[in-house]
Amino acid sequence: MAKKGFEDRGSGLGRREVLECMVWAGTGVLWTVSGGVPHSVGLIGDALAAEPTGFTFLQMSDSHIGFDKAANPDALGTLREAIAKVKAMPIKPSFIIHTGDITHLSRPAEFDNADKVFGETGVQIHYVPGEHDIIDEDRGKAYLERYGKGSKGAGWYSYDDHGVHFIGLVNVVDLKGGGLGNLGAEQLAWLEADLKDKSSSTPIVVFAHIPLQVIYREWGWGTEDGTQALALVKRFGSVTVLNGHIHQLAQKVEGNMTFHTALSTAFPQPAPGSAPSPGPMLVPADKLRTLLGLSTVTVVQGNKPLAIIDKTLAG
Amino acid sequence: MQILINHLRLAAARFAPSRALVVAMLLGPILGAMLAFGAVAAQDATNAVTIDNFTFSPKELTVALGTTVKWVNHDDIPHTVVEKKTTFRSKALDTDDSYSFTFTSAGEFDYFCGLHPHMVGKVIVK
Repeated sequence: MAKKGFEDRGSGLGRREVLECMVWAGTGVLWTVSGGVPHSVGLIGDALAAEPTGFTFLQMSDSHIGFDKAANPDALGTLREAIAKVKAMPIKPSFIIHTGDITHLSRPAEFDNADKVFGETGVQIHYVPGEHDIIDEDRGKAYLERYGKGSKGAGWYSYDDHGVHFIGLVNVVDLKGGGLGNLGAEQLAWLEADLKDKSSSTPIVVFAHIPLQVIYREWGWGTEDGTQALALVKRFGSVTVLNGHIHQLAQKVEGNMTFHTALSTAFPQPAPGSAPSPGPMLVPADKLRTLLGLSTVTVVQGNKPLAIIDKTLAG
Repeated sequence: MQILINHLRLAAARFAPSRALVVAMLLGPILGAMLAFGAVAAQDATNAVTIDNFTFSPKELTVALGTTVKWVNHDDIPHTVVEKKTTFRSKALDTDDSYSFTFTSAGEFDYFCGLHPHMVGKVIVK
């Protein structure tokens, strides 16, 4: 059941078959990456039982607080369910990375509601904006006032934790007609400078809202100058790229780079090309929670393997 | 499970012509008739562009000078209308929100959605 992976149009990497999906469970699969080859090592139950020797963080995405249409009339409610799962985790994550679309319409009340629910976790949250977070009148001012402290430009930044270098990029501003997501020259120059003195053995985690690689150009699911950012991190021994935006799981490994897109906690979207357009996908009510969720990432110290567990709200 | 598997089928077949496109094709003659009337009553003429399934339709609209064009978003996702040289730029249009712009100069105006820039359209003002 090998699946075709991300499109590599324009990246020069060449399309290839991606993951051999060895084990599927209703709730998720644990992937470890060893020498660039991912393999499934068990179901979530086993994964949680495994001894975590490193540190763990979560990826959450596409909360769309304020969304109330048929595909999910209560996006705040499903976020609460996800946060309840976070609070119930036996091992508290070090922090949460949120890959954008916190709100649906960038309204102050939407940001307030999101902050309140995320605040219940008691852990730090590192945000990057999605296109839905910068549609206030001043196009991003509300987001930056709330989450932009210490960031550059439209909200990009980096930080170090447990020896891993984390980079939050913004690819949802100054988009060009007919194009895809966009990082821009200023941000790319900053990234180059940010990485300059880093040892190639430093594990790198890059996160941004829209996938950095092109997953499906026809729906705008990719970043126009994403390959330039990926070229800058290519020399590092372990690179993990975390994105949101497409509200479904997609995973791919290219050499030392692992690409992962997270589930939304608000609503699913169709698989590329399977519908006339992207957008909220209406599914039977009892199916919804099997298509929403969050991801746990475990970094094992002094070693390469990095495990990503995708957990749905149904599990 | 089947749905999860489908999610990884990323190099899927190209999508069929959108419903919006079909609607646009059907509406073509009607819009043509509206344009004929528009020449008579240019000041009052309002031409509509609808947004369905992440598509502007009609994708290309020709109007007389002085015409007001109205964009209406029917999607469950907000969109914006941004002219390439920012001659006009709407706020975010939530479901059923609209934006109007009156064209007071002739020419070709290429526009796109500032949130989903693969969505493009054009207004030709004669």
